[in-house]
Amino acid sequence: MDDALFIHRFHFAFTVTYHYLFPQLTMGLAPLIVIFKTLALRTKNPAYDEAARFWTRIFGINFLAGVVTGIPMEFQFGTNWARFSQLTGGVIAGPLAMEGVFSFFLESAFLGMFLFGEKRLSRMGHWWAAFLVFAGSWLSGFFIVAADAWMQHPIAYSRLPDGSFQVTSLWGVLANPWAWIQYAHTMSGAVVTGAFAMAAVGAFYLLNGRHADHARIFIRCGVTAGLIAAAFQIFPSGDIHGRYLARHQPVTTAAMEGLFHSRAGAPVVIMGQPDVERQRIDNPIVVNDALSLLIYGTTRAEVAGLDRFPKQDWPTNIPLLYFSYHVMAGLGTLFVALMLAAGALLWRGSLFRTRWILWCLMLACPFPYIANTAGWLTAEIGRQPWLVYGLVRTADGFSANVSAGNGLFTLLGYMSLYALLSLFVLFLLYRLIERGPAVPESTPATVSGGIA
Amino acid sequence: METIWFVLVASMLAGYAVFDGFDLGAGALHLIAARTDEERRSLLESIGPVWDGNEAWLLAAGGTLFYAFPLLYASSFSGFYLPLHIVLWLLVFRAIGIEFRMHLETPVWRDFFDGAFSLASILLIVVFGAALGNVMRGVALGADHFFFAPLWTDFKPGGEPGILDWYTTLCGVVALVATSVHGALYVTVKTEGPLNARMRAVVRRLWPAQAALTVLAVPATVFVRPQLLDNYRATILGWAIPVLVAAGLGGIFYFTRERQERNAFLSSCLYVAATLGGAAFALYPTLLPSSGDPANAITIRNAAAGSHSLSAGLIWWSAGMAVACGYMVVVYTMFKGKVHARPGGQS
Repeated sequence: MDDALFIHRFHFAFTVTYHYLFPQLTMGLAPLIVIFKTLALRTKNPAYDEAARFWTRIFGINFLAGVVTGIPMEFQFGTNWARFSQLTGGVIAGPLAMEGVFSFFLESAFLGMFLFGEKRLSRMGHWWAAFLVFAGSWLSGFFIVAADAWMQHPIAYSRLPDGSFQVTSLWGVLANPWAWIQYAHTMSGAVVTGAFAMAAVGAFYLLNGRHADHARIFIRCGVTAGLIAAAFQIFPSGDIHGRYLARHQPVTTAAMEGLFHSRAGAPVVIMGQPDVERQRIDNPIVVNDALSLLIYGTTRAEVAGLDRFPKQDWPTNIPLLYFSYHVMAGLGTLFVALMLAAGALLWRGSLFRTRWILWCLMLACPFPYIANTAGWLTAEIGRQPWLVYGLVRTADGFSANVSAGNGLFTLLGYMSLYALLSLFVLFLLYRLIERGPAVPESTPATVSGGIA
Repeated sequence: METIWFVLVASMLAGYAVFDGFDLGAGALHLIAARTDEERRSLLESIGPVWDGNEAWLLAAGGTLFYAFPLLYASSFSGFYLPLHIVLWLLVFRAIGIEFRMHLETPVWRDFFDGAFSLASILLIVVFGAALGNVMRGVALGADHFFFAPLWTDFKPGGEPGILDWYTTLCGVVALVATSVHGALYVTVKTEGPLNARMRAVVRRLWPAQAALTVLAVPATVFVRPQLLDNYRATILGWAIPVLVAAGLGGIFYFTRERQERNAFLSSCLYVAATLGGAAFALYPTLLPSSGDPANAITIRNAAAGSHSLSAGLIWWSAGMAVACGYMVVVYTMFKGKVHARPGGQS
C-alpha cells in the first residue's frame, strides 16, 4: 500500500518535472521571439529576422519535446490517480478539457506556419503565426495552473454524498485568485528561463568571438527581459504569493521557513538544515523579525509555527520542502543581483567587453531551470499531505487498482525513454548553437518544419 | 443531456480516428510503400503540417471524456493502465521518428527513424483497434466500477479477459488494414508519380481484406456480446449505419478504380466514422460494459458529471470546437494540393 502510493507519487513527480523543463523555455522564449519579429518589422534590420529564426529553431525542438512529454501528463490523472480523477473530475476536468479544446488546436494549427511558413506567409502573417503560438502556449499554461490552483485552494464546488466534487461555477474555478497569483509567478519564472538562456547563448558567442552582432542582440534582449522578469518574480508576484500562502496554508509556510515554534518577531532563515526530530535548525543564519514583517507588515506579529498544527497535517517531507523553497528563493535573489549588474554595465555601454560578467551570464543558464523546478516542488510538496487542500488526502487519490509493480514498470519505462529523448534534444540543440544564427533560413526547424 | 455528451465524446473519438487515422495509416505503410528517400520525404511532407494537429484530437477527446464522464475516465484509464502507457511511449517514438529524421543526414540514422516512425504507427493502430475491441467486449468491472486488465490471460473473451484475446486481436487487425487503406488513400491525394501508383496498388490489394474483415467482425462482435444488437433491434433507423459503412467500402473501391482520389479518401473517412458510429450506437447507453455482473457496467447515468458542468460545458465546448474547426480549415487550405519533394540531400 505504502509502496504503491510512493510509486504513483514518484511517477507523476518524475514525468511532470521532466516535462516542465521544456515548456518553461518555450513559454519564456515565445514572447521574446514576438519581440524580435516586431523589431524586425519596425526597423527592417535583417539581424532581428535572423535572431527570430535562430530562436524559433531552438523553440521548435523544445516545443516538440514539450508536446511528447506533455501528452502522458494529460492521461496520468486517469492512469495513476484514478480515485482522485473520479472524486474531483467534476471540477478539474474543466480546465484540462478547456486546455485541449482551446489551446492544443490553436498551438498545433499555427505551430507549423510559425516554424516553416515564413516563405509562404506575408511578413505580417508570419508575425501573427508567432503571436498565436505565443498566445496558445500561455493560454495552455493558464489552464494547467488553474487546475493546480483549485487543488491548492478549492473553491466553487459542492460535494455529493459519495464524496465526489461538482463544480458550481466554472467561471469561479477560472477566476480563483490563487490561480492568477500562481500564474503570474509561474509565467515570469518561465520568462526568466527564456531570457537567461538567450543571454547565455549570446555570452557564449561573444566569449568565443563569433556572431558578435547577433550575440549583442541576444544579450541585450536577454538581460532586459531577465531583469524585469527576475524582479517581478520577487516583487510583486512572489511577495503576494507568499502572503496568500501564509493566510491559507499556514502550516506549509511554517514548514517552508523551518519555523518549528510559533513566535512573535519570527525570523527568516537564510541558511541551516532542518532537524525535524529535534525540531530545530542546525547552524542557522537568520534575519530576526523578517518573516513577521514579510507576512504581516510588522515585526511584532506572531507567526504560527509547526507546533500549532496537528502532526498528521504537517507536510510529509519537511526537509525537502524547506530546501526546495530556500533554493528557489535564494536563486531568485541571485538572479536579480546578476541581472542588475549586467543591466548596469549594459546601460553604461561596457557589458559586451566585460568578460567576467559574460562568463557569469553564460554559466547562469541552468539555474533558472533549477529555480523553477524547486518552485514547483515547493508548491506541490507544500500542499501535502493533501491532494485537494484540506479535503482529499494524497493517500486516498492514487489508482488502487494499479499495483506497485505495474507502476514501477511504467516509471522505469519513462525514465529510459526520457533519457533517450534527452540525448537527442541535447545533441540537436548543441548543433543548432554550433551552427549559429547566421545560417540561411532553409535549415530545418522541427515539428513538420523539418519536412518542408 | 448525458446523451448529448455521449454523442459529443463519440464524435470526438471518431474525429480522432478519421484525422489521426490517415497519418497513422501512412506511417504504417511508410517502410513498405515508400521506397526511396525522396518518396519517404514526400510521404512525410504530406502529413507534416497536420499530424500534430490531428493528435490534438486525441488530447481534446480525452479531456472531453474526462469532463463529461469522470468515472469512465478514472476507471478505463487506470484499468487499461498498461496499454495506455505503451500507447504514450509509442506516440513519443513516433514523434521522434518524424521530426528528428530530417536533422540527421546519414542514411543509417534516416533508416533508423523511418523504422521507428513506421513500427510505432503500426503498433499504435493495433493497440487502438484492440482497445475498441475491449470496450465492445466489456471488462471485468468490480462493484466499485474499477478493474485492471493484464495484457493477456488465456486469449478467450469470457471470464477474466486480458487486453488481447482472439476477438480484440481481430479488432486490432481490422483496424490495421482499414487504417492502412485510409492512410494510403490520403497519400494518393497528396502525391504524384511512383509513390502515388504504389499507394493505389496497396489499396487495390488491401481492399478485399478490408471488406472481408469488416464482414467477419460483425458476427464476431455479436458472438462476444449479443446485447450489442439490442439498439439495432429497437431502432430501425440504426440500420442506416451499416448501410453507410457499406457505402464507404463501395466508394473506396469504385472511386479508386475511377481514379477519383479525393472521393476515394472521403469514402474512407465515411467508412471510419460510420464504423465507430455503429459501435457507439450499439453500446449506448453503456460506456464500458461489464464482462461479469451487468450492474457493474459504466453507463452515461452513473458516470456523468454534474449538471452545471454539462450545461456550461455545452457553451464553451461548442464555441471552442467551432474555432478549432476554423483553424483546421485554414491549415488544410493553406497546405492543399500535391506535395513536391525536392530531390537530393537536405530539404
